[in-house]
Amino acid sequence: MNPRRRQRLLAVSAVLLLIGGGVGSMLYALNENVDLFYTPSQLLEGLGKDKVKPVPGQRLRIGGMVVKGSVRRDPTSLKVSFDLVDTGPIVTVHYEGILPDLFREGQGIVAQGTLRDATNIDATEVLAKHDENYMPPEVAEAVKGIKHVDPNAAKPAGTYR
Amino acid sequence: MFKWLDPYAKPQRLYALCGTWQQVLMPLAWFTLLIGVVWGLGFTPADYQQGDSYRIIHIHVPAAIWSMGAYSSMAIAAFIALVWQIKVAQWAIGAIAPIGACFTLIALFTGSFWGKPMWGTWWEWDARLTSELILLFLYVGVIALQNAFADRETGDKAASLLAIVGVVNLPIIHFSVEWWNTLHQGASITKFAKPSIDPSMLWPLLICITGFALLLAALTCLRLRTAILLHEQHRPWVRDLVKESSDA
Repeated sequence: MNPRRRQRLLAVSAVLLLIGGGVGSMLYALNENVDLFYTPSQLLEGLGKDKVKPVPGQRLRIGGMVVKGSVRRDPTSLKVSFDLVDTGPIVTVHYEGILPDLFREGQGIVAQGTLRDATNIDATEVLAKHDENYMPPEVAEAVKGIKHVDPNAAKPAGTYR
Repeated sequence: MFKWLDPYAKPQRLYALCGTWQQVLMPLAWFTLLIGVVWGLGFTPADYQQGDSYRIIHIHVPAAIWSMGAYSSMAIAAFIALVWQIKVAQWAIGAIAPIGACFTLIALFTGSFWGKPMWGTWWEWDARLTSELILLFLYVGVIALQNAFADRETGDKAASLLAIVGVVNLPIIHFSVEWWNTLHQGASITKFAKPSIDPSMLWPLLICITGFALLLAALTCLRLRTAILLHEQHRPWVRDLVKESSDA
């Protein structure tokens, strides 16, 4: 390789390394701020080394699994509340509005809203998360024991989900 | 080094080579895509949770994968253009960039249309979505920078540098769903464990991914040929070529 090419090779590699290192350390520093949401344990135990806890009134997102049997609906309005869990602590989300199609007990969801007190959140938006597993209903029933609910089928009258 | 590659740095040889490849790749790409898309959209079973909505995966995932694939090939071309200063490598950057930008747009739009019924939102500033949007801006930046200077050489050099620096974004896109909490789900097939997608849905998806790859290659050949003609229009071999085709 002739000296000029080697010089250019070194220069380009150096630029790439420097920028890569710079962006890498920036992302590392911002690590916790890139997370889309708090998990219930992060909300209760605090985040990062300093264990920073969000204060009541703060706008935040919370993500976790909907606890089975925790969904409570107000029969006369669209108000709904449910519990979220990840590895232990439980947080309650209060929401008024229409929930996404994928919302069901045991499903991962992300809610955006304001913190009312340590374990209660008033949500303004509820989003459903789904995992990276895709399979036909029969397979899901065999593997996971989940009975498929056809999302396209009409819902029985009188019951809101 | 790379003595066998050397002749293809000559525009005329590369023009002929791309012509041959394009003739093979283009029909193959459309054929593969037709099979994959019809099978994927029409004949795969519905998902146990998402019903029919998940079918858009057969467009979304291949477009997203090859938006990143196109970027890495563009960056490799940029690297060669900067270090060895080979003209055809510079032209290759301009040839690949718009295709990659289109793939990125397709990935973003199909993702949006998938997100609305499933997640409940068109857009969320989640790490995966944001980094893919940055990829689109990088493509647009490379295209703009290459054409921003009166002196073509300066533009090529600036665009190459941006293309190389932007490579930093690729691992961020890929690992964003592992490093951070995101709304976007994790990887289904590009991981070392067994794919977490049922074989009846995996096969059409793999065919679609192959189809998009072939389409990317075919379109690159097509655009590179056009770029070669454009830049070499005053060379005798191009004039001969034009004369030949107008006589025939």
